[in-house]
Amino acid sequence: MSKSTTLTFALMDAPFENARTTTAMRLIDIAARRGYNVNVFAYEGAVYLPFARQAAHPNAVHGHDVDEENHPLPKDWVSALMRATRQNGGEFNWINCGLCVDERGADEAVEGVRRGTPADFWKFAVESDNTLVIATQ
Amino acid sequence: MKALQIIKTAYRATIEEQDDTIVWFTHAMKGAGAELDVLLKGNAVNYAVTAQNAAGLEFGDWQQTQPPRLARDIGGLIGKDVSVYAVDEDVAERGLDGAELVDGVKRIPRADIAALVGDYDQVWQW
Repeated sequence: MSKSTTLTFALMDAPFENARTTTAMRLIDIAARRGYNVNVFAYEGAVYLPFARQAAHPNAVHGHDVDEENHPLPKDWVSALMRATRQNGGEFNWINCGLCVDERGADEAVEGVRRGTPADFWKFAVESDNTLVIATQ
Repeated sequence: MKALQIIKTAYRATIEEQDDTIVWFTHAMKGAGAELDVLLKGNAVNYAVTAQNAAGLEFGDWQQTQPPRLARDIGGLIGKDVSVYAVDEDVAERGLDGAELVDGVKRIPRADIAALVGDYDQVWQW
């Protein structure tokens, strides 16, 4: 890793459930823009955030077809944050809890996402300047 | 590096998970060499009550054979030299003053939490 600030985030919430996910992504975005190194450990439902099979849909209530609706997909947020971090000189690591993936059948993730264990989260935390837990409530 | 795990969201999916996910997480990290302690607050203080029993769940012909055993899991942490604290007032407010708690759980007054937190490099509230 480079010598800049390194932050670790633990996320737990599944996508499309609450605003904590958006808040987490906004915080990660700030870190990415500052060139920080970013580590994310996705635990429980959060392993679905980078799930590759998320699909945009049209919205008849809005009168939009699928392109007009441009439905936000957290998997795209993850990829975008990965690119932004690297473009700004930081390293980006996203590890999905492997057992959480298995119990949910969420084993198709966007490129760059790795599988791991709580030991990886501990390693992230030890190597980081700070750690933020954003847990399910 | 030493971290304090504060657990306040209790019984979230414990039936499906067969444990508390953060207690499990703490066990797993401890096994990997992490230095961790646990503070139970709010409804999570009930994890220390030995008499709880989640057995017997049935849906049709499906029966849960391995229910969560939270008091056992808390005791297991203590057996691994993880200090487990429970907020004294949260225990009392839930009428658990007379309940048997897992051996080794340390009751801590709410007013002492700030000092406790100061003993750790990182504090993670779940």
